[in-house]
Amino acid sequence: MHALYKILASHAGVDSVTPGEIVTANVDFAEVNDLYLQVLKSYEAMGGGKVWNPEKITFIFDHFNPAPSIKAAENHRQMREFCFAQKIPHLVDINEGVCHQVMPERGWVRPGMILVATDSHTVTHGAFGAFGTGVGSTDMASIMQTGKLWFRVPEVIKINVDGILTKGVMAKDVILKIIGELKQDAAVYKAIEFTGSLIENLSVAERMTICNMTVEMGAKTSYIQPNEEVLKYVRERYGDDFTVYQTDPDFAYAAEYHFDVNNLVPQAAAPHSVDNVIPVSEDHLGVQINQVLIGTCTGGRFEDIEVAAKILKGQHIPVHTRLIILPASKEVLSRCLEKGYISDLMAAGATIAAPGCGPCLGVHQGLLADGERCATTSSRNFPGRMGSTKAEIYVVSPATAAASALEGKLADPRKYL
Amino acid sequence: MEKIQGKVFKFNDNIDTDQIYPGRYLDKSDHQEIAQHVMEGADPSFKENYQPGDIIVAGKNFGCGSSREHAVITLNAAGVGAVIAESFARIFYRNAVNMAYPVLICPGIVEQVTAGEEIEVDLVEAKITLSSGEVLQAEKLSDYVLNIFQHGGVIQMFQAKSGQEAGQK
Ligand code: SF4
Repeated sequence: MHALYKILASHAGVDSVTPGEIVTANVDFAEVNDLYLQVLKSYEAMGGGKVWNPEKITFIFDHFNPAPSIKAAENHRQMREFCFAQKIPHLVDINEGVCHQVMPERGWVRPGMILVATDSHTVTHGAFGAFGTGVGSTDMASIMQTGKLWFRVPEVIKINVDGILTKGVMAKDVILKIIGELKQDAAVYKAIEFTGSLIENLSVAERMTICNMTVEMGAKTSYIQPNEEVLKYVRERYGDDFTVYQTDPDFAYAAEYHFDVNNLVPQAAAPHSVDNVIPVSEDHLGVQINQVLIGTCTGGRFEDIEVAAKILKGQHIPVHTRLIILPASKEVLSRCLEKGYISDLMAAGATIAAPGCGPCLGVHQGLLADGERCATTSSRNFPGRMGSTKAEIYVVSPATAAASALEGKLADPRKYL
Repeated sequence: MEKIQGKVFKFNDNIDTDQIYPGRYLDKSDHQEIAQHVMEGADPSFKENYQPGDIIVAGKNFGCGSSREHAVITLNAAGVGAVIAESFARIFYRNAVNMAYPVLICPGIVEQVTAGEEIEVDLVEAKITLSSGEVLQAEKLSDYVLNIFQHGGVIQMFQAKSGQEAGQK
């Protein structure tokens, strides 16, 4: 069996599971974000009462933090009241950051767990050897009632990535390349595991970026076998009471792909779809950029802001360009402050936004006007994703974003690193 | 379950949830308000042109992107009769099933229907009758999913269960 199947089987109380089968499994941890007042409505409609286990539920206010509208403030108010009434201790209010970053930082994500959240990027937690998946409000309300959810056991696709990245090429470029080749419906209803010499050596942050974007190929969940660095990260934040599952050597994958990234150049998902991937090279350089966003659950970790600070330190962005730095969490922001990166970036002309989702989903803190162009380290460039449907979004790595901010146009970061 | 009849509105591959229901309206939770923005990102004129009961036919990966249940709520509350697509993104499909909103997977459908034609959908048999009389077979819903549909959704299933439990006490 695959490690993911072992996780599902152990949580469903069975010895084995096979792809296509529907199992009902215990959920270890559930997260509701602040887009989902509907969860509480559905919960009440299902009969309300006490939640299954207040310790295993968190509410995280990240999409609307601080509240950009009276409606959003009202959603927060009702969710807070629910947490207080239900004695849910893990209320993560507007001062913390994006759920997918905050949960691992708090030690709530460990190998072998099943994590479910009302957010599609919950697949990020495959970086920790966990089974993470996103659901809507009705599913979440059922989990809050019962602690269980039905899952269709997904087939597993293996993506093997070998090679060494050249300076200025990042994990984000790797996953963009993969999505560009395999396309955005490559893994609908399936799980993706990453293996290979490149993957084995990736840091926790890089693993998170790779796993995060598997949902852009439709993946139900993702998986990378935890290495020592991952285990150390988890132990420091939680202790070592968790199980690391291993895939049996004879496991038959539904499909296998191989990528060699030795000569990979920086990549960009050009407007208006995430699989419309182009190399950031001669043909495409020089497209004028009005706004750069460095942040979000995809590209707002310490290492991402660090590379931006290195490129922009002592420089200044041109007058027609705006640069928004959106750290994924308070922890990330604090570390960047300590290192002086935030002052360097501010001196270079950056605006610092509150850790959270910010303009990533087109709600606040930097929307785009008609005809504007944005280079972003986030994950999606659908029409209207960050504001006007007439704006254009290029999804890029933090290094490419920083170089593009510096030049005011789509730029290759390699010459700055 | 009744048959669904309506006029076809066609959409491309990869219609994401931002196109079905733009993110800037996500703070709304009243279903009738949510219905006002149905398909606005993909086609702002859709809400003026469709009649309740009309059917969306789309290409591959309908509903990709975010997990927002608003995408199903808007279609349901606006009275869009059903969505038939070549394939669906997983969370959208689950959300639809959970709310007993009619969705059918029918590879090749986009080629076989014309925009504006009247079609009839039989959800239980997963059959689509075109205006020419030709019948297409879509993928049958699993028993698990049909059971949810027969209850009218997961919430209703919960209500029925707690009703039964109360009755047994
Ligand atoms: S940062 Fe963007 S992609 Fe990540 S959870 Fe927030 S809205 Fe979604």
